[in-house]
This record gives sequence, C-alpha cells and structure tokens, in this order.
Amino acid sequence: MAYDYEKSIRPGKLPHIWCPGCGHGIVMKGLIRAMDTCELDRAKTSIVSGIGCASRLPGYLDACTLHTAHGRAAAFATGVKLADPEMTVIVCGGDGDGTAIGGNHFIHACRRNIDMTYVVMNNYIYGMTGGQFSPCTPTGAKASTTPYGNPDPIFDISKLAIGAGATFVARTTAAHPREIDKLIVQGIKHKGMAVIEVLDDCPTTYGRRNKFRSVVDMMKELKKNAVPAKAAAKMTAEQLQGKFLTGVLFQDTEKPEYCEMYQEVINKAQGA
Amino acid sequence: MSGARLEVIERNCKGCSICVEFCPKNVLEMDVFLVTVPRPEDCIKCMQCELLCPDFAIKVHDE
Ligand SMILES: Cc1ncc(C[n+]2csc(CCOP(=O)(O)OP(=O)(O)O)c2C)c(N)n1
Ligand code: SF4
Ligand code: SF4
Ligand code: SF4
Repeated sequence: MAYDYEKSIRPGKLPHIWCPGCGHGIVMKGLIRAMDTCELDRAKTSIVSGIGCASRLPGYLDACTLHTAHGRAAAFATGVKLADPEMTVIVCGGDGDGTAIGGNHFIHACRRNIDMTYVVMNNYIYGMTGGQFSPCTPTGAKASTTPYGNPDPIFDISKLAIGAGATFVARTTAAHPREIDKLIVQGIKHKGMAVIEVLDDCPTTYGRRNKFRSVVDMMKELKKNAVPAKAAAKMTAEQLQGKFLTGVLFQDTEKPEYCEMYQEVINKAQGA
Repeated sequence: MSGARLEVIERNCKGCSICVEFCPKNVLEMDVFLVTVPRPEDCIKCMQCELLCPDFAIKVHDE
C-alpha cells in the first residue's frame, strides 16, 4: 500500500523547496517508482540536471547525482555515459533548461541516440527566475516578459526529439501519475535516447498569470486535454483541436546506439 | 469496504488541496493550509491522494 519513497530520498531533505502544488514533486515520485521497478543499483545510476526548479530534482535523490550548468545537463550526461557505459543515466530538467539555453545539447543527444533517459518537466515557463516565457509557452499566454500575450509559436518537445533522432519518445502529464513511471520504465529499458515529456504545472509563475484559479484547475486542464495516442488515431482534426497526445509516440529499435558505435572507434584506434 | 489508515505528514504538507479535490470519495478536507481526514471510513484505497500529492505528505496504509 503506502509507497516507501523515503528510502530513495537523502535524509533530512523533505519538505522540498518546490511551491505548493508544483508538479515537479509528482514527477519525482514517478521517477522513484520507475527506478524501483527497474531495480536500479543507485551506485550505478547517474541522475543529471542543469539549472531551474525542475533541475533541483536530483539533489533529493540518493543516487549518483550531478547538478550542472544551465542547459548543459545532456552534455554532462553524455560525458558520464561515455566514461562508463555501464551506468544508467537519467537526465531531468525543465523546458527552459532543455529547449532554450540547452536546446542544442538536447537535439544533439537525440541525434547521437546515446543510451540515456531524459525526463523533460514541461511547465511552459521559466519558473525559477520568475516566469519569463520559454520556447514552450503557448502562443497568446502571459509570462512576465510577454505581458500582452506571447506572440511566439511553440516547440513541441516530443516532435523536436523525434525529428532530432531520439529513438523512444513518450508524453504524459503530472495529472497522470501512474503513466509517469510506466513510461520512464520503458525509457530506461530502451537502448538509446529516450525522451519522456511530462506536461507539468507551475501555479506560481504561470497559473496565476493565465487565469487558473488554482493548481487544481491546472491539473484538470491537463486531464481534459490529454488524448492517448491510440485513441487519437480514431479522432478527427476538429476533435483534436487544443488536445495533445499521450503515451508512447515513437520507438525505433534499429538505429545504432552511440556508446556502441564509439566502442568501435576505440577498438579501431587500439588496433583490435 | 473497510477503511484505510491515512497518514498525513504535517511537516511536508503545503496545503495545495490537490488530494482533497481528486479524492473520489470526499474523504479529505482542508483545514486552511493543512489537509485533514474527517471520513477515513469512506476511503476505497484508490491511492489518488498519495500518487498526486507533490509533497510526500499523505500515505494510505492498509488497515
Ligand atoms: C547561464 C545562465 N543563464 C540564465 C540563468 C537563469 N536561470 C536559472 S533557471 C532558468 C530557467 C529555468 O526554467 P526551466 O528549465 O523551465 O525550469 P523551471 O524553473 O520552470 O522548473 C534561468 C533562465 C542561469 N542560472 N544561468
Ligand atoms: S516557481 Fe513554479 S516551477 Fe518553481 S517551484 Fe514554484 S511552482 Fe514549481
Ligand atoms: S485513497 Fe482514494 S479514496 Fe482514499 S483518501 Fe485517497 S483519494 Fe480518497
Ligand atoms: S496534496 Fe499533499 S501537500 Fe497538497 S494538501 Fe494534500 S497532503 Fe497536503
């Protein structure tokens, strides 16, 4: 029954720093359950992040964690994985960290198809620094830097990952907690770059500027607009207006994985 | 259906009310900024409160 999360959390770290209702805590619980399901040896598990509220996540977990520079999580994670391909490497961070300042590292990790699992906590905003718009802030939405509404089109993180070459791409939301661990487990088991986009809520800097009365309204909105990819196949474009697809969106088990390809380079250089 | 024992870790609860709103059986209530459990006998152990609490503040024990 009651889940033992505490055994995975560093002693004395709770309560965490996230605001009341912030979805990052829900994602962290999903990640802990996924690591348990995969029976990951915490001494062989590296959890890497950049900077942001989402990027604070690894600091709570009892594993080999790396809190690095803003946007650079994928680069550090690539270093960890290449240095020790036996490590299970998990990256987590926000939409700002991963697709704005870190957009290049993100797409190139996808392109290489390096074996890691990248959990993007997409709350459509820079939460930590007070709500500036990110590449994922919906068009028309208010941010501290778009007081008249955001004129920019968005990055669809999942589509970006597929286009850039990731070989496992899935999406869910903070309002679908059981799907979070289910998809992260699939991502960890997949050999190659796995991107799990979790649509998340930031009541403090996004919700209150965008007419959500409470975090509960934000969660209800996530529930309302999520359409499982399988169900979407039977729906019309009109019915899908304003919705987003969830579940496994893409998987390719044929594309070579980067560490294996790099091993061939090492073998050649050593004259094997 | 026998009730569950619901444990609230008061130190962790930030009073977001997610658990209260998503409980299908109206077991929980807010007391300003802290969740309370006025109707534990109605709990069906669906785990929604525990899964959705962002703060590791509510646990559903088998009892
Ligand atoms: C080089 C550098 N530029 C800017 C910042 C300021 N900064 C810190 S966190 C952040 C954005 C975080 O947004 P996101 O990754 O979406 O995470 P969230 O806080 O929303 O969880 C920015 C711009 C920084 N720390 N370092
Ligand atoms: S500012 Fe937003 S993202 Fe950061 S902890 Fe608060 S709710 Fe979460
Ligand atoms: S387990 Fe389900 S029924 Fe019981 S208190 Fe939690 S949400 Fe309500
Ligand atoms: S969801 Fe958690 S933090 Fe929010 S009111 Fe319930 S117990 Fe408290």
